[in-house]
Parts: sequence; C-alpha cells; structure tokens
Amino acid sequence: MSAPTTTPAPGRPVPLQPERRGRRTAFGGGGPLVYAIAAVVVVVTVAPVAYAFLGGFRSNAQLAANPTGLPDPWVVDNYVDVLTSPSFWRYTLNSTLVALVTTVIVCVLGVMAAYPLARYQFKGREALALVFTLGLLFPLTVAIIPLFLLVRDVGLTNSVWGVALPQAAFALPLTVVILRPFLAALPKELEEAAMIDGASRFGFFWRVLLPLSGPGLVTVGVLAFVASWNAYLLPLLVLSDPASQTLPLGVASFSSQYAQDTAGVLAFTSLAMIPALIFFLAMQRRIVNGLQGAVKG
Amino acid sequence: MVVPVVQAVRYSVFDWNGLGPLDDFVGLANYARALQDTVFTSAVLNNFLIIGLSIAIQLPLGLGIALLLNREIRGRGFLRVVIFMPYVLAEVVAGVVWVLLLQPNGLVDAVVEGVGLGGLTQLWLGDPEVALGTVMVVLTWKYLGLAVLLFLAGLQGVPEDVYEAAQLDGASWWQVQRRITIPLLGPTIRTWGFLSMIGSLQLFDMVWILTGGGPANSTVTMAIYLINQGTERGQYGYASAVAVILFVISLVLAVLYQQFILRRDTDSAPTPRKAVR
Repeated sequence: MSAPTTTPAPGRPVPLQPERRGRRTAFGGGGPLVYAIAAVVVVVTVAPVAYAFLGGFRSNAQLAANPTGLPDPWVVDNYVDVLTSPSFWRYTLNSTLVALVTTVIVCVLGVMAAYPLARYQFKGREALALVFTLGLLFPLTVAIIPLFLLVRDVGLTNSVWGVALPQAAFALPLTVVILRPFLAALPKELEEAAMIDGASRFGFFWRVLLPLSGPGLVTVGVLAFVASWNAYLLPLLVLSDPASQTLPLGVASFSSQYAQDTAGVLAFTSLAMIPALIFFLAMQRRIVNGLQGAVKG
Repeated sequence: MVVPVVQAVRYSVFDWNGLGPLDDFVGLANYARALQDTVFTSAVLNNFLIIGLSIAIQLPLGLGIALLLNREIRGRGFLRVVIFMPYVLAEVVAGVVWVLLLQPNGLVDAVVEGVGLGGLTQLWLGDPEVALGTVMVVLTWKYLGLAVLLFLAGLQGVPEDVYEAAQLDGASWWQVQRRITIPLLGPTIRTWGFLSMIGSLQLFDMVWILTGGGPANSTVTMAIYLINQGTERGQYGYASAVAVILFVISLVLAVLYQQFILRRDTDSAPTPRKAVR
C-alpha cells in the first residue's frame, strides 16, 4: 500500500509539489486534538438524527428500559405502520405539490423580474432593485396575520395555492438578489451576436439567456423548494383541513396525537426527514453555493 | 408583499375578531395594550436575549469549527456536509425529535447521567428557569451549520500568499488566525450577524414545537405571542398591532445594524487589508 504510491512510475514527470489544491498545506493537517474536536462535533450533530432513525426500529418498552441502547431485537412494525398509513402519503403528496408549485412560480417570476433589472438600462432600475433587497428584511412571519386574512378572503384556505402563492411572493426577493448578478454576468457579446442573427429581445431571453441561466435557476429553485418543504407557520394557519395538510403539520399533529408512542413518533419523523436529507445530499453544492452567493451579494 | 404590511397597519387600529366589519375604531389602544402586557414585554426581551446569545454562542463556535475545517484534514468534505445537515431539516421535524430526546428519562438524561452528572438532570423544557437555555442549545445545534458554511466561504477568499508571508515571518498557526484570518473575515462575520439577528427576531417554528412559549411564558417570542393572540384567540386587530411592532423593531434594528456595523464594509473596504501589514 505504501511503496507504489511514494515512488513515481519511471518515465512519468515527477510532480514538484504533490499537494492537493495547494491551499493551507503550510499549516498542515491536524494533530489528534483537531480530529478529536471534529469527532465530538460530528457526534453531537448526528446523534439526534441517528437516535430518531434507530429509535424507530425499537419498541416503546426498549426505549423506556434503556434510552441509549441499540435496537434489540430490531422492530420494523413502526416503520411499516407509517408506510402503510394513507395519511403519511397524503402529507407527503401535499408537501410535494406545494413545494413544486412554489418553486415553479418563484423560478418563472424570479427570472422575469431579474432579467430587466440585470440587463436593461432604465430609469429607477436601482430603486426597483433596492425594493427587492429590502424585501429580504420582511419575512413571512411579520405579515402572517394580514396574509392569512387575505388568503381567507379570496377563498384559498385549504388549497395548494393559498400556501404556494404567498410563499413564492416572499421567496422572490432572495431569488432576484441571487439571479440578478448571475444574469448580469453573462457576456454582452452574446446578446449582440443574437441581435445580429435577427433575434428579438424576447427571442434572446427565451433562446439564449434562459438555457444559460440554468445553473442559477437550479440554485434558486432548490432554495425555494427546501424552504417550502420545511415551512410550518403559513401552512399551520392556511391548511386547517387534515386532507390538505403538509408533512411538517403531519409530524406535529402525529407527535401530539400519539405522544405516548415514542417509537412510532420517531419512525414517523425519520421517514419525514428522509426526503429532505436525500434532496440535501443530492443538491448539496447548489444549496451551499446559493447561500454563500446570497451573502456575498 | 407590501399589501399585507399596509393591511396590518390598518387592522391594528381596530378592535376586530377577523370576521365582522371593521367598525370598532380604537385608535392606538391596541398598541398601548401590547406595551403594557407583561407577556408581550417578556417576549420582546426574550427575542433580544436570543439575538445576543445566538451571536455570543455561535460566533466563537462557528469560527472555531470553520478554522478547523479549513485545514487539510481527512474527511473535510464529509464534516462539512454533516455540520450543515441540521440546517436543512425542517424545524418541526428537528423540534419533535428534540422534544423526545429531552423528555424525562430520554437520551439527554441518559447521557448526562452517563458522564457522571446525574444530579443535573431536570425537566429541560418544563422548568421555567432552564427552558430558554435548552431552547438556545437546540437552536445552536440547528443553526451553527449556516455560520460554519458562511465563514468557510469567507476563508476561501483570504489570499494564500498572505499565509505564506506570515509563515516566512515565523508566525504560529494561532497568531496567523488571530491577526490575519479573523480580521479579514470581518465582512462575512458582520453579514452573518445580520442574518442571525433577523432570523432570531422571526423565531417561531422551533419554539412553538419545543415549548409553545411556555412554561409560564418563559420562552415566549414575539411571533409566538402574535399567533397566540391572533389565531388562537381571534383578536386579529390586536395581533396586527403586535405584528406592526415586530415589524418596526425589525426595521429599526436592521437600519441600525446597517448604519453602525455593515457600513464599515462599504465605506472603508481597504481597512481589513491594513491588518495584514
């Protein structure tokens, strides 16, 4: 394992500095202390989630007898119960629907708002951009009461739209703030070339800009999707009918309804976590880049 | 977005249950009532406490972990994913799990006893004296990942030759971090502080699930108070007044933060560079 890696194969150029990325190597890796700290951080971070997953495989008697133990024997009933209950799938379906509708609205409106702000010169452009930046300051919570009354008055309670439309509206500022510099960075030559080839402004937007802004759109789309998937406050007020409720509401009501059935609640919450975790692992880079980009402005 | 805020101001001067016509004009009585309600004032106080504690706890911890992850250690990518994971989970889902962890004879009690501190176990969420502290621990768990992530991004922006120069001058790792890295990270830290502050002001989901604002209102936040008064008791006029107060507090804090803290970044961009010498 050691010998072949240290002696370079004959004939191949020997790399001068076989270091990765060339960053920070000056201060080297870490001593045992660094690894110990890292291990503690990982354990503390993961423990609650691991406890939930493993706890779902235990019975309530096992949990009561020894809170820290591993499943012995492994019980699958809790998970089977949740997976065979129609309400769990209904919650999941509702969450998916609301999140998808929110994401689509955010992407469509976001790119439509960011495009002129990024590429046209017009009076009041900066003022308009400032409006969106200021919008970041007003999260949904502040306006929740009048928002709820508004949704109720237009008769959208218990409907996907009643949640998706306000969520999209409040996600728009972040979307525009992220997309605008992204669209502005696309080279001007592209636009000129398209114009020479006879494309209208709309044609350029549709045929050139939209395909090129794919990565930026995916980033804002992922952020909007995750925010909607996790949202609680607005659905709590708007979706009072159990048939229309989303997964976070389902988790909350299940956990209060079956408070004594700890193992069952753990199984339910674990299963509710899985979509978000998979989505996060698959889209990790996008989420990270999006949030970092938003802060750098 | 503007409409709901304007509507809130309009509703806030009426005594209104959300149903009938808006006809019982009460002027500023709702505002006066809110400011005299001790539950509301303790909610405001709790919000400020949460803002201060979030920054005081997460800044050093987040900075420490970011510096740690910025070194060439094995499994760095894995660590980064793991630390950020709680941020992506729904607050409700995380909250429900924590409620079970913290219940009497739950995992937390078992761990505390396991390390020989059995005398310290208590009603983590049921005792008014400790509930807010417990909530802070859970919030740290949930949001530390964002701080680490942003600080790491800032660290990537520190030019490498600065490190080489410092190393040639014989600076130790700790000296480099304290004199160079952290000052250069200033803008990132200040931006994160802003996000953290706004987040703390809007805090609802996690506290609602963990304690519902109790016990004895010890963990109530402005948003919790708002929902309690509005939807639970149907006092929409009064709740709107509370919402307007929350809005004004957010706005004032945001403007102050902008003026006194963020402004340094826009006005004197080259300043942090001086620290490099």
